[in-house]
Amino acid sequence: MPQDVQIDTDGRLKHFISIQALPRKLIEEILALAESYIDFPTRNIKKVPLLRGKTVVNLFFEPSTRTRTTFEIAAKRLSADVINLQSDSMSTVKGETILDTVKTLQAMHTDTFIVRHKNSGAADLIARHVPPHVHIINGGDGRYSHPTQALLDMLTIRQHRHSFENLTVAIVGDILHSRVARSEITALNVLGAREVRVVAPKTLIPTGVEKLGVKIYTDMAKGLKDVDVVVMLRLQMERMEGQLIPSPREYYQCYGLTEEKLKNAKPDAMVMHPGPINRGLEIASSVADGQRSVILSQVSNGIAVRMAVIAKIMGGYSKQPKPAS
Amino acid sequence: MKVTAIRNGRVIDPANGTDTVGDIFVKGRRIVDLSEVSKVSIDQEIDASGLIVCPGLIDINAKMGERGSSQSSTMLTESNAAISGGITTACIQPDTQPVVDTPAMAHMIRTNTEQQIGPNILPLGALTKGLEGETLTEMAALKAAGCVGVSNARSAVRNTLLMRRAMQYASTFDITVFIHSFDPWLTGNGRVHEGEISTRLGLPAVPEAAETVAIARDLALVDTTGVRAHFSQLSCARSVDMIAESKQRGLNVSADVAIHNLLLTEFDVDGFNTMCHVQPPLRSENDRSGLRKGLKEGTISVICSDHRPCRIDDKLAPFVQTTAGISGLETLLPLTLKLVEEEVLDVTEAIACLTCNPARALGIKAGSLAARSIADICIFDPDLSWTVDPENMLSGGRNTPFVGMEMRGKVTHTFISGKLVTG
Repeated sequence: MPQDVQIDTDGRLKHFISIQALPRKLIEEILALAESYIDFPTRNIKKVPLLRGKTVVNLFFEPSTRTRTTFEIAAKRLSADVINLQSDSMSTVKGETILDTVKTLQAMHTDTFIVRHKNSGAADLIARHVPPHVHIINGGDGRYSHPTQALLDMLTIRQHRHSFENLTVAIVGDILHSRVARSEITALNVLGAREVRVVAPKTLIPTGVEKLGVKIYTDMAKGLKDVDVVVMLRLQMERMEGQLIPSPREYYQCYGLTEEKLKNAKPDAMVMHPGPINRGLEIASSVADGQRSVILSQVSNGIAVRMAVIAKIMGGYSKQPKPAS
Repeated sequence: MKVTAIRNGRVIDPANGTDTVGDIFVKGRRIVDLSEVSKVSIDQEIDASGLIVCPGLIDINAKMGERGSSQSSTMLTESNAAISGGITTACIQPDTQPVVDTPAMAHMIRTNTEQQIGPNILPLGALTKGLEGETLTEMAALKAAGCVGVSNARSAVRNTLLMRRAMQYASTFDITVFIHSFDPWLTGNGRVHEGEISTRLGLPAVPEAAETVAIARDLALVDTTGVRAHFSQLSCARSVDMIAESKQRGLNVSADVAIHNLLLTEFDVDGFNTMCHVQPPLRSENDRSGLRKGLKEGTISVICSDHRPCRIDDKLAPFVQTTAGISGLETLLPLTLKLVEEEVLDVTEAIACLTCNPARALGIKAGSLAARSIADICIFDPDLSWTVDPENMLSGGRNTPFVGMEMRGKVTHTFISGKLVTG
């Protein structure tokens, strides 16, 4: 099985499934392109005609608000037509396999699918089974990967810091179930961050995570000591089953980001959160809304990054495949 | 009665310590005593020069398809696949549809297989009714109906007291208990070995302790009940140590390992390779070395295919939604010969793991080329290279991670009860 389904034989980005195996140069190109899209909302004409006549399908097998919406806005700003399919309106509930769903939609001559699925590897699987002119962008699969989220966080960090080289970043919370954590760990390592830490109780730290290039901390104060960036992860109480953490109260006491705990970080440390946030569970309102929080700029950067990814993939493939000569 | 002479083969018969170039004669269903050869007239000759002649292979764990199944693999396709792989006896778990928890079911399996040309199918009876882990089965009756042992297949017996009683009861009737040891809670919905790969791919993981905790429990119960127990498909190095220690203390236990656990590791799952989705999972490099060491030292005496054919669609889904298993009948022998190439075993030891050792674990008279034994024979060319191609597979399941891999060693002839069924 070929390892890298993402890059075609000419070295172009064909699918965007995971940060793993992507060269640093390519990631930096996407970030630079995204930066050029940031001021879009303030321009007179808010659209570029790059993808006129192309269709982007938001194929969401799992509910999502911000990822789906920002992908939709991003594709529309590039002048693509957008179709939204949410899991409750899809025939997979009638027993159709995801590959059959994709094949059916392909037959309707759609070009790009943004896929979200509850199972790890779903986007990779689809990418390996679509014809050459179809592109797959991962909108988050299981616990594996959420690459556009990682890139928008990288973009946000880049806006506030000149380089990744001297940065220490702490990712706090449910690392075990988090595709965001996995993608960010990889992205930060590829971009050369000095140190990436994960901070959580041992029940939420997956075995062998240090092999991905992180240092493990179980104590919040030590884990935040002198960090430049704090990334808080959403805690999904329904996943905890009372077995991974005993109670929201104890979790907040030990791992909730309060102004007090934030004092351990560098004075100018940035606070990030992929959203949606649980106020008073993983983060205090005063911190989420505080001066060091960049949570809202993450959301607007999400549109720019998703535009960049779609443009990079579809723009590079603007011509139909040549007929075999 | 028809007599076949198999001439000039390298006869390897580990049960009798034989490794010599010579002739084997088959008359009717049985192997002829060499002292009586001069009295018989030969009807058919097979030139086995350059080939290895050994007892027919015994696969201690294979799913052999079911009658009337809507799956692509049926008893017929799987029998043909087994024959082409030199397998003359296959032991099947009781987790068929319906479960083998009544003498009638066991009897039906025995009768079905006797009616068609194919490997001898030996059923294991269910340890508990419906494999539900709540009520004992009629083990004495199952034994009388042809079950070679009892097992709860891949359903855990959660209730430790019931497990103890099942062992006591089996022991009463001198029945071997076959155990897939795993702790259902630690296993959860885990699919791959807990380690670097499970973490990187974000796949639900099965920790080593899921196996070792259960083996510790089951060994303690074997110890107190004195039952004869066979541990199926070990996957961890530590499990091997535990079995070795219990054997040293004199417990009547044996163990097997699936061939893929001896060759592949968790890293083969990378890239969401669903063909490497198996239960128990492929584990670490250290576990693979431990399993190989256990085989070399005899703690593990049997290699099985753990053949689980499935439709290709069952592998074309996000990893956790795919069916576990590898279609392994046709690659059992050449993959085992890879262990010879890699100097884990010598060729006699390798053949023993596929013939007389499983026969002993199953308590059956097979796996031997001694005079007057039933003539189940496998003849193979140890040097013939071939490439695994799903299109050429006889099994209804083409689910194998070994596609495109070069194999050395191919079966040329298979005899079942004296009848040449291939070649």
